[in-house]
Amino acid sequence: MKHVIIGAGPAGVIAAETLRAADARAEITLIGDEPEPPYSRMAIPYVLSGIIDETGTYLRKDEGYFDNLGVEVVQGRVEKVNPGKCSVTVNGGNVNYDRLLIASGSRAVKPPISGLDLPGIHHCWTLEDSRGISDLAKEGAKVVLMGAGFIGCIILESLVARGVELTVVEMGDRMVPRMMNRSAGNMIRRWCEKKGVTVFTSTRGDGVEQAGTELKVTLSNGKAINADLVVVATGVAPNIEFLEGSGVKTDTGILVDQYLESSVPGIYAAGDVAEGFDFSTGARTVQAIQPTAADHARAAALNMTGIKTPFRGSLGMNVLDTLGLVSTSFGLWNGVGGGERAEVIDEENFRYVSLEFDEDQLVGAITLGHTDHVGVLRGLIQTGTHLGAWKQRLMADPTRVMEAYLAATQV
Amino acid sequence: MQRSLQIDPEKCTACMQCELACSYQATESFNPSQSRIKVFMFHETARFVPYTCTQCAEAWCMKACPVDAIQVNAETGAKEVIDSLCVGCKVCTIACPFGTINYSQSTGKVVKCDLCGGDPECVKACPTDAITYVDADWTGLDKMRAWAAKTDSQSGAQA
Repeated sequence: MKHVIIGAGPAGVIAAETLRAADARAEITLIGDEPEPPYSRMAIPYVLSGIIDETGTYLRKDEGYFDNLGVEVVQGRVEKVNPGKCSVTVNGGNVNYDRLLIASGSRAVKPPISGLDLPGIHHCWTLEDSRGISDLAKEGAKVVLMGAGFIGCIILESLVARGVELTVVEMGDRMVPRMMNRSAGNMIRRWCEKKGVTVFTSTRGDGVEQAGTELKVTLSNGKAINADLVVVATGVAPNIEFLEGSGVKTDTGILVDQYLESSVPGIYAAGDVAEGFDFSTGARTVQAIQPTAADHARAAALNMTGIKTPFRGSLGMNVLDTLGLVSTSFGLWNGVGGGERAEVIDEENFRYVSLEFDEDQLVGAITLGHTDHVGVLRGLIQTGTHLGAWKQRLMADPTRVMEAYLAATQV
Repeated sequence: MQRSLQIDPEKCTACMQCELACSYQATESFNPSQSRIKVFMFHETARFVPYTCTQCAEAWCMKACPVDAIQVNAETGAKEVIDSLCVGCKVCTIACPFGTINYSQSTGKVVKCDLCGGDPECVKACPTDAITYVDADWTGLDKMRAWAAKTDSQSGAQA
């Protein structure tokens, strides 16, 4: 059996490993379009803040790892998928497959404003991007960060670590609007402001122009800010363009069924490019998070080898460290109709917990300023544990979630 | 034969010796907040529950790590955090459905039970045998394992 994987990010690599573990004799080809060995984009901010060097981002650290695993790594950008011929077009030739996994990930996208092609404007998505940022984000440099979503906030941390003078511009009415509710998102904003970062929410960039050696960023709130560097982190989009004409059905991403198989038999998708089932809603969605990429990859690879492995859906969840304030969100953090919310806000100490219930089951949660045992929130949501009497106790004090978990499962 | 921690809450008196021993082993300080094992107290029912990583086969933490910083110790079976590789991204802390891998703000890394390399200090410190180190097949962790399986997103039909 010949397996071809498009994309050498976490989903591609974990799929290759899972395929190898399940089938010692399979031929496996992993195609990535970047020059570096397979690496983790998630780790890039830690390169920028100096915690690791570039090799620290590599998904697997051992020299010759993929050779030893019997995985052929090809550098090239896949131009086309030809399901009729069971082949993909790359580097001017065709590579044949019996089963194909598309794990081509997503790419950073620019908002539709003028001047974003000027020098000194970078995404923070690839290692190559991070080198451009490193060159400009020197101590005391003026930096405008466009976008305070999840990725923007991770970059924010490393930019501050580099000692820049930072202004953050976010279209939403709070920071991390797709991960945090208003109370939590505004608490993160206050925290950042307290740490010396200028934050504009409900604000968009209207355009960027050259102003001498600097860039001038005009904002929708009437202000204009000069900058040495503009980092654009306003969103990502799945890499699906090369599938045009292939018959693989896409919406935002590649639509997959419960076996991670696309509309074309034998072609699977995993990770940021896959629009798979969401555990909480049962609907299909592009989650674009690391744990989902890993789970998708494992299930897809098993299905590719013929080991039928249905996937129940992935739970949306995120963890973020914004200048030392750790936040998490899980599942339906904005609640469900007819559900109940337990909430405790400690504005002074920047601590927050909200729990969302459907009857006596936890369906979503947000925490700020808590680092211990946060994983049980995932556990409680994903097992659908009935909390019984503990639900009322949590309504009174949502910080007792670890006790509730132990009472429901261990005692 | 690999061994694992067996915890019997019935025998726990909440003396907290395990937390002290663990924190000393891990950080050379007697600081329960640094302990990898925690005793939870249920005063309503007078129950005390020592709780730490079960080194579960699913290894959610290890599978979620983006930089391969959690690896299996072949000798003990423990999933260990390799400090030099951990970047402190914390994805493992939300991936572990048991909440037994946690971020330490003092080190900027995540911490979890590593079975002390095969000679767990909490076991030696426990005066009532509430925590013992036994052959893996004999542990009373079946309930927890069953729960782990239930959390497995790769099992069961799409809801």
